[in-house]
Amino acid sequence: MESQSQVLERLRTAFESRVTIPEKFRRTQLTNLMSMIKDNEEQIVNALHKDLTKPKFEAILSEVEIVMNELHCALSNLTSWMQPEYVSKNLATKLDECFVRREPLGVVLIIGPWNYPMQLLIVPLIGAIAAGNCVVIKPSEVSAATDNLITELIPKYLSKDCYAVVRGGAKETQALLKNRFDHIFYTGSQAVARVVLQAAAVHLTPVTLELGGKCPCLIYGRVNATAAAHRLVWSKFFNAGQSCVAPDYVLCSKATCDALVPALRQVLEDFYGSDIQKSPDMSRIVTPKHWTRLMGLLNRTKGKVIVGGEHDEKDRYIAPTVVVDVAEDDALMEEEIFGPILPILTIESLEESIKLTKTKEKPLAFYVFSDESSVVKKVLENSSSGGFCSNDGIVHMALPGLPFGGVGNSGFGHYHGHWGFEAFSHQRAVMLRGWALEKLNALRYPPYSDEKLSWLRWTTSPKSCSIM
Amino acid sequence: MSREQQAVARARKAFETGRSKSVEYRINQLKNLQRLFSERQKEIAAAIKKDLNKTEVGAQFYETLGLEGEISLFIKNLKEWAAPRHVKKNLLTMSDTVYIHPEPLGVVLVIGAWNYPWAVTIRPLIGAIAAGNAAVVKPSEVCVHTSKVMEDLLPIYIDKELYPVVTGGVPETQELLRQKFDHIFYTGNSTVGKVIMEAAAKHLTPVTLELGGKSPCYIDKNCDISIACRRITWGKYSNCGQTCIAPDYILCEPSIQNRVIEEVKKCIKEFYTDNPKTCPDYGRIINQRHFKRVMAMLEDSNIAVGGENDESDCYIAPTVLRDVKPEAKVMQEEIFGPLLPILPVSSLDEAIKLINKGEKPLALYVFSPDNKVIERMRDETSSGGFLANDCLVHYSVSALPFGGVGNSGIGCYHGKFSFDRLSHLRGCLVKKLKMEGVNDMRYPPHTLKKLGWARFFILNTVDVGWVGRMALLAALVMVAAVVIQKYLL
Repeated sequence: MESQSQVLERLRTAFESRVTIPEKFRRTQLTNLMSMIKDNEEQIVNALHKDLTKPKFEAILSEVEIVMNELHCALSNLTSWMQPEYVSKNLATKLDECFVRREPLGVVLIIGPWNYPMQLLIVPLIGAIAAGNCVVIKPSEVSAATDNLITELIPKYLSKDCYAVVRGGAKETQALLKNRFDHIFYTGSQAVARVVLQAAAVHLTPVTLELGGKCPCLIYGRVNATAAAHRLVWSKFFNAGQSCVAPDYVLCSKATCDALVPALRQVLEDFYGSDIQKSPDMSRIVTPKHWTRLMGLLNRTKGKVIVGGEHDEKDRYIAPTVVVDVAEDDALMEEEIFGPILPILTIESLEESIKLTKTKEKPLAFYVFSDESSVVKKVLENSSSGGFCSNDGIVHMALPGLPFGGVGNSGFGHYHGHWGFEAFSHQRAVMLRGWALEKLNALRYPPYSDEKLSWLRWTTSPKSCSIM
Repeated sequence: MSREQQAVARARKAFETGRSKSVEYRINQLKNLQRLFSERQKEIAAAIKKDLNKTEVGAQFYETLGLEGEISLFIKNLKEWAAPRHVKKNLLTMSDTVYIHPEPLGVVLVIGAWNYPWAVTIRPLIGAIAAGNAAVVKPSEVCVHTSKVMEDLLPIYIDKELYPVVTGGVPETQELLRQKFDHIFYTGNSTVGKVIMEAAAKHLTPVTLELGGKSPCYIDKNCDISIACRRITWGKYSNCGQTCIAPDYILCEPSIQNRVIEEVKKCIKEFYTDNPKTCPDYGRIINQRHFKRVMAMLEDSNIAVGGENDESDCYIAPTVLRDVKPEAKVMQEEIFGPLLPILPVSSLDEAIKLINKGEKPLALYVFSPDNKVIERMRDETSSGGFLANDCLVHYSVSALPFGGVGNSGIGCYHGKFSFDRLSHLRGCLVKKLKMEGVNDMRYPPHTLKKLGWARFFILNTVDVGWVGRMALLAALVMVAAVVIQKYLL
C-alpha cells in the first residue's frame, strides 16, 4: 500500500509532466467521471442508504443529479472557461495584449464531509479537474459505505496518476495536512477548519472553507402558512436535518406560530404518513454518537415538544420534531442543530428577530418566508450570510450560476459552476508588450520632470481610452 | 482595553451603525481621499524623501499617480459594481429573482509595507472603503515619516471611526492580530505572511497576502538587447530595487552577457548620471538593517558594474553581478535592492528548469521577439503575473488582477478585483409563495414519476435562447394545430 508521501510525489510528478493541461485530457476525465456516476447509480444509492438511510429520491436528487448537472455545466463551458479573458487598457498600453489566463494551481486536496458524501466531494472535484489540477481526494470515514465506494470507483474511472483517494480518520487527515498542497478545499466544521487553516499557514496554502452555522428562518408579515409549511418541512427534514443549509430555527410572532404549527403537523403527515418511522422517505442520523448528541439537546431543552419527539436508538431514528416556547439561551440555540429538530422562538417584532440573528455568527444560509416583499427586502438588507433565499429552503444551492459559500464563521471562498473552476485556478495577469514606441517609454525614465509626469498622467489614465 | 482593541471596537461599532452601507457615503469618502492627494502632495513628498529619498516627481509617479487613477476608476464604477448581479436560472425558478448581492465583510485590517507605502497601504484601503467595510489601517513602522503623515492626515479627510490608523511595530501588530477581523490584507514578506495566516486561522478570517519572491527576467539572445536593457534598468533600479515586482535576476546565454552588462551600464549613466549618489532621481535603501542585508549578498559574486556604497547614507550604487551561480548568496532570497545578478544559461530549457526549481514568484519577465519563446516561458512556468518585453507596467493596468500564487501570495486586487476581494458576494434567490403545485414533485411521498419531472425541471438551467426556442416551438405547435384543424379535418 502506498504511503501518503508516495501518493503525493506521484501526483506532483504527473502535474509537472503537464498531462492535465490540455483541454482534451480534462474533458476525458470529466466524461469518465460522468460515466462513473451513471454506471454506478444503484451502488451509490445503496451506499447512501447504508450510511444515512437516505431515501432513493433524496439520493438521486441531491447526490446524483446535482453532480450530473455540474458535470454537464463543466463539459459545456470548459472551452470558454479556459479561454484567456481580454481586458480593457489605458492609452499607454493600447497596443499591448493584456489578458487574464486561468492556470491550474498544482496538487490540491479536497476533504469531504459525511452528510452529502457524494455531492460535497465530487462537485469540488469537478472544479479541480476542470481547472487542470491533480487532486488528492479524502472522503469522510464517517459515511463508511460511500467512502468504500469512492475508493473503489475513482481509480477505475479517473487517471490513477493524477487523482488519488486517501482514506482514514483524524490521525490520517492530520498527517495528510502536514504535506504541501497548492489549495485545500474543506467542507465540515469550524473546529476542524481551524486545524486545516493552521496547517495551510505553514505552506502559505490558499484554502476554501465550506462550513455551517445556525441558518435562521424568519416568518413575518402576510404569509400563506400552508405553502410556507410545505417548503419549511421539506428543507428542514430533508436528510433528517443534516444539511449545512437546513433552516436551523424559526423566528415568528405568536400568531404566526399558532397558524404554522398545525400546518407543519399536517404537512408532516402528508409527506411521511402517520407512522413516520415506517416511511421510506425519512433518513436516519448518521452515527450513534450524533444521535446521542441530538437527543442530548432535546433532553436539555426548556421548550415544549409540540410535534414529534419519538426516537429509537437502535434505528438511529429521531422523528421530525417541533419545539415551541424556546428562549434565546436554550440548549437548542447553542450550536448548529444538524438534525430533525425545529425550534420556534416567538418574537413579536421583525426588528427584534433581526437583532437576535445579529448576536449569532454569520450562517451559511438565511431564510425568510413572507408574502410581503418589503419584509423580504428588510431581512436581506439587515443580515449577512453565505446565501439568501426567500420563501423556500436549500434550492438556491442547485443554481450553478450562484456562488455557493459562506462568510465569517460559515466559511470563505465559494464554488459551483464557473465559481468552482475559478476556486481551483490561478488568475494570472499576462501582458505582452511590443518593441515599438520606445520613445513613449522615455516619459517614464529618469531624469524625472514635471512635464513628463503630466504626459504620463494622461496616457495612463482610464479616461484617455475614451478618446480613442 | 489596549489602544488597538479600542480602535477595532470603535471601527466595528461604526460599521454596525450601517453608515458605510450606502454607495453615496462610500463615494464621498473616496472623494475625500482624492482631496487628500491633491491638497497634501507637499507633505507626502517630504516624508517620502526622508524615508526613501524619492523626489517629489518620483513620489507622484510611483505612489500617488496610481492611487488617484484608482480612486477615479472606483468613483466612476462603484454604483455598477455594488449593484445586484443577475445570473442564469433553471426552469423551475424562471419566475423568481436570482442574483449575486455584493455586501461588505465588516472590519478589514490593512497592513501596509514600506517600499511604496502610499501605494500598497492605500490601494487596499480604497477597495475596503468601496466595498462598504470599516478598515483599520496599520502603516509600516519602517517608513517612519510616511507613517506619521498617514496617521496625521487620514483622520482629517476620511471617517476616523470607520477607518482608524493604528501605528506601531511588532508588538502593536501582534495585538491587532489578536482581535477578530472579517478580512486581513497584508503586503510584505512570506515569513510574516505565515504568521498572519496563523493568527487569522483562530478566527477563521480570510486573508489576502501580497508577498514577493525572486522575479526572473529571461533575455533571448535574438532580441533588441539595447531596448530590453533600458526597460530592465528602469524596472530594476527604480526605488533602489525595493519593488516586489522588480526583475530580481537575469537569465541569458553567455554569448550576450557582456553586451547586457554594457547596455545596462549605459542606461544607468543615462538615468542616474555618472554619480548616482548625487542624482536626485536615485533612491536609498530604507534603513541600515536592509543595507547590511543587501551588502552581505555581494560576498561571493563578481561585480561587473557599481558596487560603491556608503552605510551612513544607506547608499548602494546600481550594481550588476556577472557569472552568478544558482548557489550564490545573492540567489538565496529576494534581493529587494539594487543588485542585478546575471546567471548565464545555455538555453531556454535550462532557464525554465532553473526558474521552476524556485518558489513561484510574483512576476516573471521574458524579453524575446519570438512568440514561441514567450509562449513556452509562459506555459511552462507559474507566477503571479507575466510580462513580456517590459518590466513592472502590468501593475498599472487596473483591469488586470494583481496578486501572487504559491509563496508569492494569496488573492489578488486592483480595480474591480479589490472590490470583489473585500466584499461578500452573497447568492440570493427571491421566490414567492405561489406556484406551489409545481413544487409538489419534490415533496414526499416520493414516486418515480415525480423523480423524473424533478430531474427535468429543477436541474436544467435555461437561458433566454432556450426559452425562445421553446416559445417558438409552442407557437409552431399551435399554428400546426390550427392548420390541421382548419384544412385537414
